[in-house]
Formats: sequence, C-alpha cells, structure tokens
Amino acid sequence: MLGTENQTNYIGKAVERIEDAALLSGQGRFIDDLPTAPGTGHAAILRSPHAHADISAIDTSRAEALAGVHAVVTGKDAELWSEPFLVGVRQPMQHWCIATERVRYVGEPVAIVVAESRYIAEDALALIEVEYQTLPAVVEVMAAMAADAPILHSDVGSNLVNERQFNYGNPETAFADATHVVRASVRYPRNSCTPMECFGLVAEYLAAEQSYDVLANFQGPYALHPVMARALKVPGSRLRLRTPADSGGSFGVKQAIFPYIVAMALAARKARRPVKWVEDRLEHLVAANSATGRISNISAAVAADGVIEALELEQIEDCGAYLRAPEPASLYRMHGILTGAYNIPHLAVTNRIVLTNRTPSGLNRGFGGPQVYFALERLMQRIAIELNLDPLDVIRRNLVPAASMPYRAAAGAVLDSGDYQACVSRALKDGGLAELEARRDAARAAGRHYGIGFAAAVEPSISNMGYITTVMTPEERRRAGPKDGAVSTASIAVDPLGAVIVTADSIPQGQGHRTVAAQVAAEALGLRPEQITVNLEHDTQKDGWSIAAGNYSSRFAGAVAGTVHIAATRLAKRLAEIAAPQLNATPEDIVFSGGRLFARDNPDNSLSFGRVAGAGHWSPSSLPENMVPGMRETASWSPDQLVAPGEDDRINGSAAYGFIFDFCGVEIDADTGQVRIDKYVTMHDAGRRLNPALVDGQIRGAFAHAVGAALYEELAYGEDGSFLAGTFADYLVPTACEIPEPLILHHDSNTEATPLGAKGMAEGNCMSTPVCLANAVADALSLDEIALPMTPSHVTEHLHGAERPPSTDRSEAPAQTLPGKGRGLTGSGASLVPAPPGQVWQMLLDPDTLAAIIPGCESMERLGENAYRAVAVIRIGPIRGRFKAVIQLSDLDAPHALTLSGSATGPLGSGAGSGRVTLLADEKGTRISYEYSAEIGGKVAAVGGRMIDGAARILIAEFFKRFAAVAGGTAGETVSLWQRVARLLGLAR
Amino acid sequence: MKPAPFDYIAPESVEEALAVLAEAGEDARILAGGQTLSPMLNMRLVEPAVLIDISRLPALDYIRRKNGHIEIGAAATQNALENWPELAAQAPLLAQALPHIGHFQTRNRGTVCGSLAFADPSAELPLCLALLGGEVVLQSASRQRVVKAADFQLGMLSTAREADEIISAARFPVAEAGAGYGFAEMALRHGDFALAAIAVKAGKTGVRIAIGGVADRPMVRNFPAGIEGAALDDALNDLAWDLAAADDPHATARYRRELVRRLGRKTVEEAKSCRV
Amino acid sequence: MPRLKAGEKSRISFKLNGRKVSGDAEPRLLLADFLRHEIGATGTHVGCEHGVCGACTVRLDGVAIRSCLTLAVQANGRRVDTVEGLAEEDGTLSRLQAAFRRNHALQCGFCTPGILMSLEDFLARGGEPDEGEIREMLSGHLCRCTGYSGMVRAVLEIVEEMHEEQNA
Ligand code: FES
Ligand code: FES
Repeated sequence: MLGTENQTNYIGKAVERIEDAALLSGQGRFIDDLPTAPGTGHAAILRSPHAHADISAIDTSRAEALAGVHAVVTGKDAELWSEPFLVGVRQPMQHWCIATERVRYVGEPVAIVVAESRYIAEDALALIEVEYQTLPAVVEVMAAMAADAPILHSDVGSNLVNERQFNYGNPETAFADATHVVRASVRYPRNSCTPMECFGLVAEYLAAEQSYDVLANFQGPYALHPVMARALKVPGSRLRLRTPADSGGSFGVKQAIFPYIVAMALAARKARRPVKWVEDRLEHLVAANSATGRISNISAAVAADGVIEALELEQIEDCGAYLRAPEPASLYRMHGILTGAYNIPHLAVTNRIVLTNRTPSGLNRGFGGPQVYFALERLMQRIAIELNLDPLDVIRRNLVPAASMPYRAAAGAVLDSGDYQACVSRALKDGGLAELEARRDAARAAGRHYGIGFAAAVEPSISNMGYITTVMTPEERRRAGPKDGAVSTASIAVDPLGAVIVTADSIPQGQGHRTVAAQVAAEALGLRPEQITVNLEHDTQKDGWSIAAGNYSSRFAGAVAGTVHIAATRLAKRLAEIAAPQLNATPEDIVFSGGRLFARDNPDNSLSFGRVAGAGHWSPSSLPENMVPGMRETASWSPDQLVAPGEDDRINGSAAYGFIFDFCGVEIDADTGQVRIDKYVTMHDAGRRLNPALVDGQIRGAFAHAVGAALYEELAYGEDGSFLAGTFADYLVPTACEIPEPLILHHDSNTEATPLGAKGMAEGNCMSTPVCLANAVADALSLDEIALPMTPSHVTEHLHGAERPPSTDRSEAPAQTLPGKGRGLTGSGASLVPAPPGQVWQMLLDPDTLAAIIPGCESMERLGENAYRAVAVIRIGPIRGRFKAVIQLSDLDAPHALTLSGSATGPLGSGAGSGRVTLLADEKGTRISYEYSAEIGGKVAAVGGRMIDGAARILIAEFFKRFAAVAGGTAGETVSLWQRVARLLGLAR
Repeated sequence: MKPAPFDYIAPESVEEALAVLAEAGEDARILAGGQTLSPMLNMRLVEPAVLIDISRLPALDYIRRKNGHIEIGAAATQNALENWPELAAQAPLLAQALPHIGHFQTRNRGTVCGSLAFADPSAELPLCLALLGGEVVLQSASRQRVVKAADFQLGMLSTAREADEIISAARFPVAEAGAGYGFAEMALRHGDFALAAIAVKAGKTGVRIAIGGVADRPMVRNFPAGIEGAALDDALNDLAWDLAAADDPHATARYRRELVRRLGRKTVEEAKSCRV
Repeated sequence: MPRLKAGEKSRISFKLNGRKVSGDAEPRLLLADFLRHEIGATGTHVGCEHGVCGACTVRLDGVAIRSCLTLAVQANGRRVDTVEGLAEEDGTLSRLQAAFRRNHALQCGFCTPGILMSLEDFLARGGEPDEGEIREMLSGHLCRCTGYSGMVRAVLEIVEEMHEEQNA
C-alpha cells in the first residue's frame, strides 16, 4: 500500500489536461456559446473613422427607426449614467466608455446600437449620421512632444502626461569615470497578441436593485473592477462580474474589455434588456489593445573588459489616446529590474509617458519586458562590438553571480534565486553553440548571410500591486496611501459524498489551470487528479478575490497554484485530525494515498477519504473539539516580499524572478530578405515546474508570439493616424509554416519565493526572443541598428546598397511615385487643353464642370464662394460606396493656379486631399499640370491596405482625366501611372 | 461584421442565372466559391441587391481539354484543378502556381474563374492567364464573347466583364511543346497574396515573363529567346522600373523592384532549365 | 430554388453529423452563425469572419470549408460535419482527438475544432504527408497559443499509425 504513495505524487508530472476532452469535442463553454435570456439584445458599435476629430453632431433617428432596433447609445448616455475612468496619473483628462465630444483614435466607440440581432444592429450603424470636425493627428511620440503638436487633451496642455527621473547609486560619477560609454537607441513597435477569441460579454441592468450583472471574458487584473464600478457609479458589490468557464486565449489582451463592460452595462440599462456584444476581428484589430510602442535611448558606462558600471536609460512610452488603466503599468512593471540579469550597481532612468492618436495601450504578453530587453540586449551586443569583445563574454561577465542570491537590483527588485552562469553553460553545451558556430562559418564562407544572436533576461512573475505607484513621487504616494502585495485566493471543499471541488481566482485563458490545480489538490489529499473537480469560473459576488486576481504577470503557478496548495494542505490537516483518533495515530502520522487515510506504520487499517471528509457534513458533533464544521478551506496568500515603493523609489515589482538565456542562428535570403530561423535554443529557470508539458507549451506559445513580433506583426498607422492593419491579411499572425520548433532546455532553481517553489515562465520568450533574433540579424548583416518587425522589405534595405537605376537610353523616364508622407498618397500629372488659359480658368470655377468631373457625382450644392457639397458614388471593382464630399477652391491666382481641396466621408471610410493645379499657356492651348496629395482613413484603409493606394490613384487619375475631357483636352494626355506603364509595355489600349 | 441584406437565388440553369443577371445588372453579384466575395460581403465593402449562386450548376463544373486549351468552367474549384490528373503534363505552370493560392481550405471552395473575375493585382491565376495568353468566355443572356487575357483585366479589381455577363469559363493554353515554365512568388506568410509573383515561359522563340503584385494587374513582357547574363539583368531592371511599384504597408516599391530583378532572374533560369 | 428575399427567413435543413437538423435563416445568415445560434452546435468557432483564421472550418459534403464564408442557405439539403461529430457517442475520443490531447496540441482550444475538421478532410485524402505538407495544410489556420508544435507532432503520429496499419 505504501508503494502507491508514488502514484499520488502528481506535482511535476506531465499529466494530460482535464480541459481537453471537452475542448476537443466541441463542448467548450466560451462566452458566445452560453445561453442568454429571452429578449437579449445584440450590440454593434459605431467607431470613429478619424484619428482625431471633434464630434459636432450625432443623428441617431434613422437608426432608432429601423425595425428591430431597441436602442442607440451615445456619449450623452455615458454622461448621464457614468463617469470617466480613473486615470493612473494626476492629469485633467477624461476617458469615457463612449466618446463624448471628441474622438482621439481610429476605432474609438461613438455609438452603440442594440437590436434583435447583430445583423440588424450592423444595418442600423449605417444609418447613424455623425458630423466630425477633423483635427490634425499625431502618431509618433517625438512629434507628439513637439511644441506645435496637436494636443489630445486640451486641459493637460501637453501630450507628455507624466515624466519622472530616477537615480539609483551614483550613475553620474560612474559615467564621468567610465573608460567607455556605449549607446543604443531602439524603437519597439506596436503589436498585439490577438487571441483567437475576441472580446465577448452579456450585460444586464437590474433596475430594481440598481445593479449591473455582467458575464464577460475579462481576464483581470481585478484592480480594474473598482475602476469599472466607479465609472458606473455603483458600489463594487453592485457590479457583479462573472467569467465563463473557457476563454479563447488572452495573453493580457482581454484586460482591455473593461471599458466595453461599462459601455454595454449602460446599453443594457438604456435598452432595458440584457445586451450581448461579441467583438469582431476588425474591431479587435483596430481598437482592442496594443503593447506600448517605446523609444529607448540607453547607454552604459563600461570598463575595458566589458563590465558595466552604470546604465542610463531614457524611455518614451506611447500609451495611445488615453492612459487607460492599468497604464502606465507597461512602463513600470519592469522598473525594479531595468538592469536585467546583470549586476549593475548604478542606474539613471528618465520615463516619459506620451499620448498619441492611436489605440490605448494595455496588457500584452511580456508586458513591458519586450520593450526593456530590446534596448538592454541590443546594447549588450553593441558593447561587444564597440569594445571588440565576444558578445557572450560581455553577457557572462555581467551576470548576477549565484552567490549573490538573493540579489537586490539597483532599482529594487530582489532576485530570489538562480544560477545564471550555470544556465548559460548548460545552454551552450546542450544547445550546441559550437555546432551552430560551425554552421555560421560554413554559410559565411559560401557567401551567405548568417548570424548568431544571444539574449539573457530575468523574467518577473506575480506583480506587486504597488509597482504602478512608482510613477508617483514619494510625496504623492504618501498622500495616496500604500499599495503593495499580490493577494491570491483559492478554496477547496469536500462535498457530503467525499468529492473534492477547487475554486480559485486565476481566471484561466486556456493554459490548463484546472489540470494543475487538480494535480496540486490531488497530491495533498492522496487522490487522483481526475477525482478533483476544478471550477475556475469566477463571480465577484460569490468567490474570493482581491485586486490582484486574474490572469496576468504569470501569477498562476507561483501564486494561485501555491494558494491551492495552502488550502489543500489545511484541509488535509483537518482531515488528519479527524482520522487520527480513529486510526490510533497522531495527525502528523496520517498518510493520504489512493483515496484512503491511514497511519504511516499501519497501512492496512485505513479509512476512506469520503468517510473521513463526510463527517464535516453528516456529523459535525463527531469532529474534534474546536474544529469548525463544514468541509471548506479558503486560503489567501500574498508574498511578504512585495512592499510598496520606498522613499528612495526602489521597488520590488514582482514576487519571483525566473531566468532565460537564448541563442539562435538565422540566415537571411539574399534575394528576398527573408529571415529564416535556422536554430533557436531557449534555456529556462522557472523554478519548480508543476506540469512540465504545460510549461513547455507556454514557452512554445510565447516563442510563437515573439517570432510574430520580431518578424511579422505591427499595428501599423499612417502619419495621419489612419489604421492600416485591420484584417488578418494585414496583421500577420504567423502560421505553422513560419514558426520553427525551438529547443527548450531547463535548469530549475529552488526558490522560497512561492509556496510550491514555482516561478512564472509564460512571458519570458516574448522578452528574450525578439531581441535575440534581432541580434542575430544584426550579426548576419553587420548592422548597428535594426527595427522591428524585421520584414523582408525592411531587411532588404540593408542588403543591396544603392539601387540600380533604370537604363538611360529609354524613350521615357519611368513613372515614379513621389515619396509620400507615410500613408499620404502623392502624385502628379499634366494635360493639354486646346483653349486659352482664361477659358480653362472659367471652366474650373464653374460648379457644373466640377460636378461633371467628380467620379460618380450624384448631386452638388453650393456652400459658399468656391465651396461645394457633393454626394458621389465611388466604385473600385466590386466595391461601391456613397460618400459625402466637401470641395473647396482656394489660393486663386487667376488664370494661373489654384488649389483644389476636398474631403469625403461615408460608411466605407474617409478621404481628404488637395491638389495644386497650374495653367500654362502653350501654343496649342493650355497645359494643365497638377500635383496632389491625399490621405485615406477608416474602414477601407484598415482592411484594404494592400490595394487602397492603387485604387485611390485610379480615382484621382480619373478625376483629372475627366477634367481634361470636359475642358476639351484629349484624355490620353492625362498620364495616369497605369496608362503610362501600359504604354511603355506596348499594351495600352 | 455581418453582410447587409440581399436576395439570394441559386438558379437551376445557366440560362436562368443569366436572366436574373440581365435584370439585376450592377446590383447583382455572382457567387461561386465566395472566398473573396464573402469577406467583402461580411465587411460590407460590397452590398449587392441579389446574389446569384452558380456554385452548384453542373453545367459550369468541369475541366476539359478543348482546342489546345484547358477549359475550366465557372463552378470548378481551384482544388479540382489541382487534382486534375492531367495538370502536371498539360499545364506545368498552373501546377506550380496553384499551391500558392490561399490555403487547402480556401482552394476547396475558391474557383478558378472567380479569381479571374476579382482581378486582384497579386493573384496567381490572372498572372498565369496573362503569361500564357489565355482567354475568358463571357456569357450574357443575349451574347457570348471570348476575350483575350490582355484585354480582360483592365486594372485594379476591374475587368472587361459587363454587368450582365458571367465568366462562364476560362481557357488556359496547354503547355507548348519544348517550352519550359517557371513560377515563383514572395509572400510574407505561406498563402498570403504575393508581394511579387513571377511566371515565366521559356519557349523556342522567346522568353515571356509576367509579373503580378507590383502594378495594378499582371504585366507581361517578351524577351529574346537567348537572353541571359547581363542582358537579362538589364531587361529585368528596366522591367522592374517600368512597373511603377508603389510603397504599401507591407513592402516598399524598391523591395518589389528587387524581387522583380532577383526572383525574376531565378525564375527565368528555372524555366529555361526545364525546357525540353 | 425560388429567389429568397432579403430579410425573409426560409427553412434550411441538412444532415449535421449524420442527423437531420433544421432551422430558419434569412439569405445573408452565415453558416457559422446558423450552426452556432440556430442549431446550437457551438463547437464550431468564429475567429475572424474573413476567411483567414480557420476557426470556423467545417466539412460540407466531406470537404473542409470556411463556414464564415458560406451562407446557411448554401448548406440546404447537404451534409455538414463539425467537431461535435468526431468522438464516439459515449465520449471516447477519436484517434485524432486523442493524439491532440496526448501531444498537448491545444491550449485554449478555440482554434482546435476548425483544425480537426481540416485534418479530417486532409487525412481522408490518403497519401503520407510529410511534416512540410502538414505544416502547409495547417497554415490555413491560426493558433495563438501553441506555436503549432503539438499539432504537427499529433498529425505525424497519426500518419505514422495509418502507414503501419496499411502495411499490416
Ligand atoms: S472565422 Fe472563418 S476563417 Fe476565421
Ligand atoms: S489553442 Fe488557443 S488558439 Fe489554438
């Protein structure tokens, strides 16, 4: 019987997941799978096509009149029933769940329609008329900080909403005395982990109780619950928030459903019925969430041997249009550990938080780590190159020594455990660096582009709820009161028949938490994992939780599983106390195994688990004296080491710190610029691995995200703030053909930082892998700087030197598009008209001529002098859209030149442009030449990225062609790009 | 992201389809495989009054050899063509190009003619049709006409098809004896639309190259049969410039020109090497 | 079939996993929505509604297709197979499902039903696909959790098993 004890040893085993049977047979219970109450309305959201605009009017009457529409909600309703969200820095800026007076990013909600079905709700969106006064937009942080930048939040008076400087140790002296100073400047782009399931929720307003009840695939952190309750103006207890059993991934992203929870709660209140909203992919890409974009300027004071004495870091963070909670957490999560895996005593930091006309930023796997390590590990490579050292030596000479553990980093992180040198040594050996170097040498000898990259990273897990307050000055913190810790809560109960149920506040998003919780409970109670029922659906009115609850900062293994263990152990202790007298043993001697309890030295005399546990239900009187009745244990745990930031601004931001060391070999195709990952090795110290298969699954998943971030993905914007990655054909999530298999290695340390000795490991590769790949590409091509994502087009810029010009003996210079400003389209053309300039001029000023030359013009009315309003139906292939346009002639210089400008909006998007038209007398008449620039935004820009520019050029060419034709010129004289090409190729018709 | 309302009809015959189309004209859309049209419907980029579903018309579901062509009916899927037993022998170019079109799952439904009808400048099938000098059969209630590839695709998403016509079939010339064919494309991910796609036929009398994904439609050029070395590079360089590539969010114009030069050269060489 | 009017519902019936089901649909209703919200077969998921992610993949007359790019009316009178039909009646997982579980080929499981349905068609076509071909076929699906390794391993195992059976 004792032999079976091994079988009850489940922690550390790669057991199959208890989640899988249902998920593999279509029996998952995702938000959109769950039944709704009869009469539930379905919501669709009207979103801003503009990056920056004042809303001057919204007319919802036609939408409200549509059959099947229950209600239309706008910013007015938000003002009536809610408040703006709390913001993490003290600034006069307001963020409402629906835009009130101004929109600040493409995709910002402007109105919500609730209807019988999603189909009808979307029909109604097209009937809402919004009048916008567009404003200049700003999308780059440096431009946003310029003196003349358009200001997003007028009351703040600046887009720089917070700036703090920190000094740890004595960086100034270290830099003054330094042998070498090495610098790097990097930019981390905006990207997102885009879970395959989008946001979804069902919201209800219980008028009689003046409370809201929302079921949503929210992932936490539950620190956002008070933010939502405050916005809804109810006590927290009156915002009941529940989560479904299954969620289709999150990776941080589903944190950002919270503004929609508030918006849809209002919609339910207005529609007087439950409201269901399921975000679609276009909505998700344009407006859900994004990692922060960041510019980092980093420098190191370095000794000749590569040892770093001090770091100086300037970080400029793009948080998008609003500082949405929990931002500016992206910038401060890593604050205590900005020195990474290195023993660097002196550190100076300047942090700037900047708002731009982009989607607000938020949680995304790695959360702040990818940005930090992209700067730090690029710098490590630069140090090696500039000091002519081996990059590996530079890393190894600076690693925090094992003997220093626990190690207090300059900015306050307390690295709990680990032997970084040992990890590196094992990785190099087991990962085969020597072979990789041989492959590189062979490839290079053959003239191919091959490089090797390295990266080391410390991976924090279980966030200190107080780290965000590092953004405040010590004085501000004193006034606000201390914030710290990270509370986890778990319960374990035995039912009257002896079945065990575990609940916890981990809010899983697909990682297999139920399996691990079952392993942990089973081990404590001598049962099999299948015998444990784990229910991790969460209900804020009924389950234990605190602000740290949720699925983020890799808190599950360390914190939640640890808390399940505490609860289960307490329960086991009680059961042992019940059983001990019956088994003539002391409680300490009771063994749990195979569903039975017995004394260690007398396994033959045993009691069934169910019988012992049943006593708590059936016979409280038989329980030992002073034991509480019932059979439930609820444990809450918070790591003692997580205290609030000190007066010295030092912060231990996380409870546990894992370590990663990666290296890789990449080859770049000389023809296409494609980066091929030849080999990738990733070594992890994740503490104790509770289920090794799930650990490796997390590592592979993070690696895949990181490959996407490094090579493919960007939430791209035009300079005018238009959003350009609105579909999965534009936002390039890697497929099975793009993700290689990494070699995963482990070197586990013992840590006492968490109850079971586990550390987080699910984010680390998002931190280490992008920069490891970038270092390899930089090595392959000998680059000083490299930008993410390293797309073939970007990489090729470094491959071929100056471009070969076209041959000179050709009859015609090749058509060229002028370099546009980002998204802006520019072009030029000319046309010959057989009439004198004076006559042509008159025609240009004639509204009838204008009406005739606007493609698809249906009507035109005069607005004022040389200003008109028109309605036009524009067609490109099968696409057809009705646009309202405003056209203006200005800068008139009769009869020589004028500026023709216009803007158009419609359900498909918006466009604006202007062109300078010049008339020149010619012996045959008038030569009309034009130069234009145009910008396109809204839906067509977001989903048509690949083709929209070409399509717009066709339209513009069409406009001038018609003009020439109306003016009596020959259409053929108007040279459109395509015609020119066709003519060159002898294909013109 | 749901389509706007439309009528739906699945006619029993081609004649019925054409009659409905004659009546509805511009307001109708033909639904065959729906792999391009349906996303546009879902995004409400296209809002037809009526959808005429020809996907299950047996009369249009065929692939056959006819007069030196492979004629492919409007309902035949890309997958059907891929699995057509004679493909490799009769149309080696198509055999090479087909696996690049979307994915297994979309080729199962996407049709050959639908791809031609949509006239995406990056699409593989219009490129092959242009290179091979194929033709398209356009049918309306009152007439039938056959349009050469060069006259069919007029520009970005636009073709010579009139509103009352359907593409009833596409005709790809069968492989020319003694000619070699090559195909290459650069897409960011497997199955994505090409940043540049290149098809080459190296025949006895000349080398013909077609480039997709760069200009607003596939562009074809003829080189002398013996072209190679520096002359080939020169010709490709001029071709690259002539296509007037533009920057887009995924690639710069320069990048596309490099692809024309480099992949172009490789593909020409490949085509020449499999000349028999 | 008569012309179905926009906004008017008609009766749609088909064989779903071998059983006849019916429901009402207006012409524009997507097959994915019909399956999920009319029939209640929520195993088929929707991840993009523009044909890229593959989460909605089902078999129509045996062929793997995107149900977000198919209208419910188009399935009328035909055979539709979805993930709900894979396991035995008593819940025993199919060989493919079991291989997925064994190889940790899923995490959140949102992408999984579509992938399984693609594979059912793909593997039924015979041949012995190698890893490259398997990955190429899987590239018609997006998975954000797994990095694909587990599913590639699972399919390779199945192919190997099928090969051994054929030889036996
Ligand atoms: S939902 Fe159909 S392919 Fe994504
Ligand atoms: S398992 Fe989550 S998306 Fe594939």
